[in-house]
Amino acid sequence: MEAALLERQDSIHRTGEAPFVMDCNKDSLAGAVSQRACVFCGSRVVLYPIADALHLVHGPIGCAVYTWDIRGALSSGPELHRMSFSTDMQEIDVIFGGEKKLYNALVELIDRHSPKAAFVYSTCIVGIIGDDMQAVCRKVSEEKGIPVLPVQSEGFKGNKRAGYKAACNAMRQLVGMGNISGISKYSLNILGDFNLAGEIWLIREYFTRMGVEVVANITGDGRVGDIQRAHGAALNVVQCSGSTMDLAKMMEKDYSIPSLRVSYFGVEDMAESLYAVAEFFKDEEMMARTKELVKEELSLIMPELMRYRKVLAGKRAAIYVGGAFKAFSLVKAFRTIGMQVVMVGSQTGTPEDYEELAAITDPGTIIVDDSNPLELSAFLQEKDVDIFVGGVKERPIAYKLGVAFCDHNHERKEMLAGFSGMLNFAREVYGSVMSPVWKFVPRGEK
Amino acid sequence: MGKILPNYVSTTNACKLCKPLGASLAFRGVEGAVPFLHGSQGCATYMRRYIISHFNEPIDIASSSLGEKNAVYGGGANLKLGLKNVTEKYHPALIGIATTCLTETIGDDVKMLLYQYRQEFMQDGGPMLVHVSTPSYSGTHMEGFHAAVRALVEQLTEEAGSNGTVNILPGFLSAADLRSLKEIACDCGLSATVLPDFSETLDGPALRDYPLIPKGGTKIKDIQAMSGAKATVEFGYTLPDQLSAGIHLEKTYKVPLHRLGMPVGIRETDRFFEVLSELSGKPMPEKYAMARGRLVDSLVDGHKYVFGKRAVVYGEEDMVIGLTSFLAEIGVQPVVCASGGTSGGFIKAIENAVEGFPVEMPRVHEGMDFHEIGELAAELKPDFFLGHSKGYALARGLNIPLIRVGFPIHDRVGGQRLLHIGYHGAQQLFDLIANAMVMAKQDGSEVGYSYM
Repeated sequence: MEAALLERQDSIHRTGEAPFVMDCNKDSLAGAVSQRACVFCGSRVVLYPIADALHLVHGPIGCAVYTWDIRGALSSGPELHRMSFSTDMQEIDVIFGGEKKLYNALVELIDRHSPKAAFVYSTCIVGIIGDDMQAVCRKVSEEKGIPVLPVQSEGFKGNKRAGYKAACNAMRQLVGMGNISGISKYSLNILGDFNLAGEIWLIREYFTRMGVEVVANITGDGRVGDIQRAHGAALNVVQCSGSTMDLAKMMEKDYSIPSLRVSYFGVEDMAESLYAVAEFFKDEEMMARTKELVKEELSLIMPELMRYRKVLAGKRAAIYVGGAFKAFSLVKAFRTIGMQVVMVGSQTGTPEDYEELAAITDPGTIIVDDSNPLELSAFLQEKDVDIFVGGVKERPIAYKLGVAFCDHNHERKEMLAGFSGMLNFAREVYGSVMSPVWKFVPRGEK
Repeated sequence: MGKILPNYVSTTNACKLCKPLGASLAFRGVEGAVPFLHGSQGCATYMRRYIISHFNEPIDIASSSLGEKNAVYGGGANLKLGLKNVTEKYHPALIGIATTCLTETIGDDVKMLLYQYRQEFMQDGGPMLVHVSTPSYSGTHMEGFHAAVRALVEQLTEEAGSNGTVNILPGFLSAADLRSLKEIACDCGLSATVLPDFSETLDGPALRDYPLIPKGGTKIKDIQAMSGAKATVEFGYTLPDQLSAGIHLEKTYKVPLHRLGMPVGIRETDRFFEVLSELSGKPMPEKYAMARGRLVDSLVDGHKYVFGKRAVVYGEEDMVIGLTSFLAEIGVQPVVCASGGTSGGFIKAIENAVEGFPVEMPRVHEGMDFHEIGELAAELKPDFFLGHSKGYALARGLNIPLIRVGFPIHDRVGGQRLLHIGYHGAQQLFDLIANAMVMAKQDGSEVGYSYM
């Protein structure tokens, strides 16, 4: 296609046209205006919701200030995570090294806030000037008696996925520190939900109704103490393809805890996920309770959902999200309300992810990795899309062209998980697609 | 004076942004330009996100997307590839290249790399390349902004014959401010070159097609001809000489410079119009005389609602100076004037702004973060906050209104449409402040008065 650079063409495919292997999971092309952020971003978003930890960004001010209160990540208690802490490195620190400043900043902030743990994020120049963050963190940890964990998240050392891994490495050091007595044999950790708008509270409620104890939220509404006990759970349920799978693998290796991949978006995936958990515990009563739960929840939402379906049926949706796993669920969720997905892409998918997307989408659907505004806008126009689902950076692309939009990322305020979340999603889509404003934009003028 | 602030090592909730963000905004205000950051991919994406959340407009900022190898062996190859790709896809008239802390620290010689690039790829023409050094470990987004404006002038402006125009270097204003500024100049019969001008590029109409580069912005040929202007008007009392494009034009091309404060409030706007009158040789147009008259009339009508109220004002230094000057004019006591900037000229400018008015000298601090602002605010019992969205948590904690001005406005619509400057801007500010005070009293009253 014309909007794409030659080097990008192996990252854009169409379902059914020819078998393909997606060119993906690599550094973004210079000058292509990628929608991706960096390694630091990957680490920061994963660890961000741990609400009683101190999150200190070691670097110049930008990295900290652009991630201040950046996601919903609701907490039922402490809100230390909503603060933006930085060593605010100056030229002199770059020249003479920032270790002393880091030490003093850590001590100052730990004394002020008494956090349960501290995460220290390295940024690009820390990687270049070679501050020994490990040593500083170890020293402060000994002095203050809390875990102080370096997160090796220098922005240039790979893409967002590398940042996920660095975050998981840091959390791995917490797991295993807590007392696990009294944990039920029917227990699990929730990995990969970030409670952007209250999702994890709903999911916990479902598990409670099934008779399953949730040990740790990783990381939505997360607590250091819970993560330290996470090795006492019988199972890890992992949502979000990239972000916390590494931790699940580490825990399988370290503690033989198996994991299930789940998704809480859309009625199909939500129900399947709950059934998979019930099946794992091989408890008939639990399975019966789960079936009852699904039935009850569906009966609550279906009448209204069907009303939206009637109006939305046949409309076309485009999806561009961070992780491909969310895209799978969104494709199905749109189908539930009668809509057709005509374009789907992600920032960090793997070849296998894209294979699966090709398998579940209709012929002709555009599938794209690490896209950019010029490509995305061309796709929206080519496919005459009715609604675009993405994050803040995708929103103005849709709006500028007069296309409806649904925020399914950090800044959303609507709870979109579970059964009631599906209804919220349908309301969101309906509320944007059906707005009369589209009559006035150039695209809507006959 | 109250307690002395401890000298904290750490920064909490900074009241500043990083240099390349300011440079990107300035480059966005040039016609046909694409901002380009030489660094890792995250910088461009974070800044786009931050800017989008204020303007609700697309802003494509390209990046050389350096990886680990580039950080070790130098980012030259990626810089060149990035420039090539941007040229191919966006067909820009200009690429504004700003460095980041990464490329400054590894020591990439951008000037030399661009020389090589021109030799290798631009024999048959191509976009203009303007570069600016913006390591984020020294200075704030404002230094980045001014440095980019200065770089544009230094690298584009050529010797030109006298053309009777006026250069206006406004600093960082809203899109509505820039539109107003152009209208004022036009109404005064002056042909003005406003640099930068993102009034359209970051606040454009709904479109049928996604523009490669949005319309609008300062024309490159106008920047080239700034040397022939009859004068430069540059806003900003804290703008350091080495970052002043006005001083460069004065020194290099002998264009007389009028350095003013941001025209916020009555006195600063009067000064601005005096200079415009001097340059046009005509009195202030009737339209503005009337606006001034209505403004003064409204201040009289509403003076009791605001007199003696205590305000915490924060943001970029020059914006805070302008706002403080206006608050003094309406009898509001600024109790804290804070900025993350560290120009060295902030305190003196605030002293000048309140001099001769019945208000005490406020606590004025450079290099402040919101933790420190919060500590002072808790002690000084303000009635309202005046500044951008990032003060919301503090204002909420104190249960007082936040009156949103400046950048960023992330929790309301219309940040780009806020008007701060001129008599019309002062009118908007006054209405906002007076109504916030009336509303606080009304909502807090048991009676719930339906008249003021």
